[in-house]
Amino acid sequence: MKSRLAFLLILLLMPNAARAVQPNEMLADPQMELRAREISKDLRCLVCQNQSIDDSDAELAHDLRVLVRQRLQAGDSDAQVEEFLVARYGDYVLLTPPFKSSTVALWMGPPFFLMIGGLCAWVVYRRREDKATSSDKKLTPQERERLDAMMPVHLPTEQTEGKNAP
Amino acid sequence: MSLRRWPAFVPIAIFLVLVGFFAYRLVMIDHGDAPNLIPSVMINKPVPNFTLPSLFDGKPQVVSEEIKGKVTLIDVFASWCVPCRIEHPYLDEIKKAGIVLVGINYKDRPEDARRWLVQLGNPYDAIGTDRDGRVGIDFGVYGVPESYLIDKQGVIRYKQIGPLTREDIEKVILPLATELSK
Amino acid sequence: MIPEIGHYALILALFVALTQATFPMIRAARGNRAWMDMAGTASVAQFVLVTTAFGALMWCYVTSDFSVLNVAQNSHTNKPLIYKIAGVWSNHERSMLLWIFILGLYGLAMSLFGGNLPPSLRARALSVQAMISVGFILFILLTSNPFLRLDPVPTNGAGLNPLLQDPGLAFHPPFLYLGYVGFSMAFSFAIAALIEGRVDAAWARWVRPWTLVAWGFLTFGIAMGSWWAYYTLGWGGWWYWDPVENASFMPWLAGTALLHSSLVVERRDTLKAWTILLTIVAFSFSLLGTFLVRSGVLTSVHSFASDPSRGIFILGLLVAAIGGSMVLFAIRAPSLKGGGLFAVASRESSLLLNNVLMSVAAGSVLLGTLYPLFADVLKLGKVSVGPPFFNSVFVPLMVPVVIVMAIGPLLSWKRGDLKGALRRLKPAAIAAAVTAIITWSMSGGIGAGAALGLATWLFVGTMGELAHRLFPMRMTAVDFLRRVITIPRSFYGMTLAHLGVALVIIGITGSTAWKTEKVQVMHFGDTVKVASYDLTLKGVEEGVKGPNYVAARATFLVTKNGTFVAELHPERRMYDMPPRPTTNAAIHTNVIGDIYAVIGDPDESGGYVTRLYYNPLVPWIFIGAGIIALGGLVSLTDRRYRIGVPLRKVAMQPPQS
Repeated sequence: MKSRLAFLLILLLMPNAARAVQPNEMLADPQMELRAREISKDLRCLVCQNQSIDDSDAELAHDLRVLVRQRLQAGDSDAQVEEFLVARYGDYVLLTPPFKSSTVALWMGPPFFLMIGGLCAWVVYRRREDKATSSDKKLTPQERERLDAMMPVHLPTEQTEGKNAP
Repeated sequence: MSLRRWPAFVPIAIFLVLVGFFAYRLVMIDHGDAPNLIPSVMINKPVPNFTLPSLFDGKPQVVSEEIKGKVTLIDVFASWCVPCRIEHPYLDEIKKAGIVLVGINYKDRPEDARRWLVQLGNPYDAIGTDRDGRVGIDFGVYGVPESYLIDKQGVIRYKQIGPLTREDIEKVILPLATELSK
Repeated sequence: MIPEIGHYALILALFVALTQATFPMIRAARGNRAWMDMAGTASVAQFVLVTTAFGALMWCYVTSDFSVLNVAQNSHTNKPLIYKIAGVWSNHERSMLLWIFILGLYGLAMSLFGGNLPPSLRARALSVQAMISVGFILFILLTSNPFLRLDPVPTNGAGLNPLLQDPGLAFHPPFLYLGYVGFSMAFSFAIAALIEGRVDAAWARWVRPWTLVAWGFLTFGIAMGSWWAYYTLGWGGWWYWDPVENASFMPWLAGTALLHSSLVVERRDTLKAWTILLTIVAFSFSLLGTFLVRSGVLTSVHSFASDPSRGIFILGLLVAAIGGSMVLFAIRAPSLKGGGLFAVASRESSLLLNNVLMSVAAGSVLLGTLYPLFADVLKLGKVSVGPPFFNSVFVPLMVPVVIVMAIGPLLSWKRGDLKGALRRLKPAAIAAAVTAIITWSMSGGIGAGAALGLATWLFVGTMGELAHRLFPMRMTAVDFLRRVITIPRSFYGMTLAHLGVALVIIGITGSTAWKTEKVQVMHFGDTVKVASYDLTLKGVEEGVKGPNYVAARATFLVTKNGTFVAELHPERRMYDMPPRPTTNAAIHTNVIGDIYAVIGDPDESGGYVTRLYYNPLVPWIFIGAGIIALGGLVSLTDRRYRIGVPLRKVAMQPPQS
């Protein structure tokens, strides 16, 4: 029963974006409206879980869109508008997580992975370097034969590259 | 040249850590902690300033200043909200325990709300109408019903998301309220 | 009666799979041929039984047998027949049945086309395949039985979410599953090879067609899903970095890495342990996706009904399948020694770079998708990880991938001539620079200029290499024709796939940099200029009846400089069962761009809210993705991978380095 209710909820929350930003919500000043749109795209619609308020048709998203525009008209900067909402709903409302102690692992993760990847590649080359003798630098006749057997044609790259090399 | 063996165990180690997280989360869900509940950042912060017109004509406005001094439960409700009917019968218990019960009628038509209260009874000490939902946003409301327990200094101490059940009231609200009124 | 037959067939399939999972594996160790052949027969039997179960449920849907709970919850008599048949994705139980049906299909394919495999490898792979079947059939029977009866029988069903009643979505999930489940084949081969302790060029060659099949289907499935989102969700977006989208994207990234690393195993007999790990990871990501969607640990707009008990069961399956295989990997991998050496400038290195970056990308997507869960469990607070995070991580990672994508194919194996390759890429570099500067000066976007420059680099570089191979110096017409035929299909496949990537980049750039959006209230006769087109609202016809909905149908006249371009009919529909509104965008495409119109609600003044877009180059995203998938298909027809071709002697020889 509980799970069916959850399913029902999910169905109700399915996006239906044609009701996103409405003309009557929009500001007359196109510059400010553009700012409002950009801010809205980074604010999470709390009820729909995975949409920005700019895309959502939920009541709350509408209220927040109007609020964002009111704050801008009151002279808030973009950052102040976001702060205003973070004070009430927490970082959760931001689709771009701010860089702070609780998100260090998130933001540093990709560079860290890249470092690990680079390290692995370096180990691969170093190990090969250790083993390599000068004769290992070009394909040996056996290796050549093996590759040729796989490649029915002698492709220009493999055939001519060595000769053309300066 | 022999490879050191430990790097081969890195994938399984990462995988087991992931499994740990998943298992913990599944147990949490099983205990009723849904992942889509958003804990409030308003806890331990003063009640936002608000002035709301009363739902009933001729009654005074509901003002944030006036709820200081007594332990208060602010209950956000609406007549269009189905789960609000679930918690409604239990609100009496809160009043009986000596907690001031203030309602915020959220994004509702006043006449609908009044009819709803005639039908189900009115346990609230005062009700303010928040027609455009702006005060709701100041509280960090993202769905109804939600309730906030406020201490004597006017600081939010607890937030309930979703309907209050008898169990919630007896195990959480009342003990906390007793402690706060000391 | 029919549902019971289906249920019974499923139970029988479980026992067949159990037999297939155990005996051939044990007997293969002893070299018992008869028992090993039994695996093939068993997989045929399993396929027949699973198909029976699948067909039985479909029959219940077609005949609207509401005594079956699953049908009553998800169907309705007035639902169009195509969605009764094709609605396999619409709910958890039925989609799991599709999962094992496809698993059975692959098992059948392996037993039919696997005749050229060494009998022990084939028996073991089929046995691993059957273990996966056992897990999933048990899962269906114990937690998600679609054949449960309902008493009393309701007079009608609850219907299907109208958003899902769409021809695009009828085909998206089956392709996605063909991709997900397809990686189980490479996985089974990897486990079998680990057990046998032998990974060589021949192995890589046997696995490659299955990887290509799975990857091709997955590419196509993801593209279809994206296309569906683009034309149904109504604001012209095509990718949202939603957890469920990420769940399909991670196996794709791992699969892409796998396709490239297995080349190195095949040609140069090195990077073996890594390739095996990628095989396991690609399938693990597929399983992980299934888990994330169904367990409720993450919230997503696409999630199925979440149920912790199901979640725990799938988690158990994950531990058994992924954990088991990774332990096996940890024990056996150190003995898989690779021989081939290669220089920093070599084909191997370019493929290795692809692998490192694809893996980092997959890892980052995984991190971003799961971080809210990590933060929650570790009590770091609620965090949202939205599209801006993914874009800011993913885009920089793809830049070097695209740069090297043009260089790699020009380098020879082991030690390539980087200077020579770059010299041959001079036209591409010049074209890229020119494109970037023109784009930048005309539109003012540095990002757009760089992206288009990159796409040009890849496109011209790839085309140049094709031309270089087709037209060497001193060539007669006969020579040319011979070349066209003798250049391996896999080279054409690669060329297509890389060109497809260039098109996708162009499409993404166009849609993000130059999209025009107009939102307003329009009255009849009003005209709005969108990009260079004039859109006039001619009228809105209310009460248009569809098979199970009533629609308001608008008519827009599209003109450009006064000449007729098209008539668009966006609709706002209200479905009967369940009663839900949807909006159906109308799109006119001329391949360069899409005019995209959505009709909203009427307002008090008698006007209608309209959303009008010009989405330049968006079709290129889907065309490009289609070409990438086509590249996989063309590679598949390469004679070296063609099923049944006698193996060349050399491939069977042990590695010589």
